[in-house]
Amino acid sequence: MKYVWIFLTGIAGGLLGGMGMGGGTLLIPALTLFFGLDQSLSQAINLVAFIPMATGAIIVHAKNKLIKTEGLIPIAACALAVSVGASFLEQIVNGVLQKKIFGIFLCLLALYQFFTLQKGGNSTENAKFAKKKKPHGKRNCL
Amino acid sequence: MSKQKKPFIPYIFGAVIGFINGFFGGGGGMVAVPLLEKAYSYKEKNAHATSIAIILPVSVVSAIVYLVGTDIKWDVLGACSAGVFAGGLLGAVLLKKSNNALIGYLFCLVMAVAGVKMIF
Repeated sequence: MKYVWIFLTGIAGGLLGGMGMGGGTLLIPALTLFFGLDQSLSQAINLVAFIPMATGAIIVHAKNKLIKTEGLIPIAACALAVSVGASFLEQIVNGVLQKKIFGIFLCLLALYQFFTLQKGGNSTENAKFAKKKKPHGKRNCL
Repeated sequence: MSKQKKPFIPYIFGAVIGFINGFFGGGGGMVAVPLLEKAYSYKEKNAHATSIAIILPVSVVSAIVYLVGTDIKWDVLGACSAGVFAGGLLGAVLLKKSNNALIGYLFCLVMAVAGVKMIF
């Protein structure tokens, strides 16, 4: 029965990720808070779970020629190098402190997402909520 | 056209993305997408696609470090990964049909609540 709930939690995380909202940022706390998993384990699960979906997405995006190369190599190379160190650092920090730091990170992300939505744009853009500028010189004078 | 004038900018971006994704086990994409849009004037779809191209190898490398250093519950990992894959497919279908801003605000609220719960 536990596996059913974990599967459903994975679906929720994947759903948000598939909609471009960073599902991992909710999957990780869900696994830690609801299932009592170790923070490192929750993060590891999120990383591993992302790989098959991202691989499929990359194939589709590459076919549709959506991947651009400007800046890609230096960004990816540096990200790879730093991520190794950051992952090892996480292994050292771990535990309760890691959980609290992750909590702060979530709150900052929530604030960032909120202000981005207020401006009416970003990856989850909805045209209805975007502020539209009125065209000049088109006042209706009755 | 890129507005970048300083050659070390992509390395700083990469460092930030890599650190976040490695230390928090995710979230790198949420930083990568706006960085690519603003600094390289990528269109939204290109930013999303390119961010996955950056985050995927980063996640693979981080996952290896985590798997070696963490006591992994393989049954939980398997069940969750299967769910994430299924949810991801569904999410991609729903992307075009839903009120994304409403879901976005709800996402903010849930993130904030989860964040506070984790801090305290």
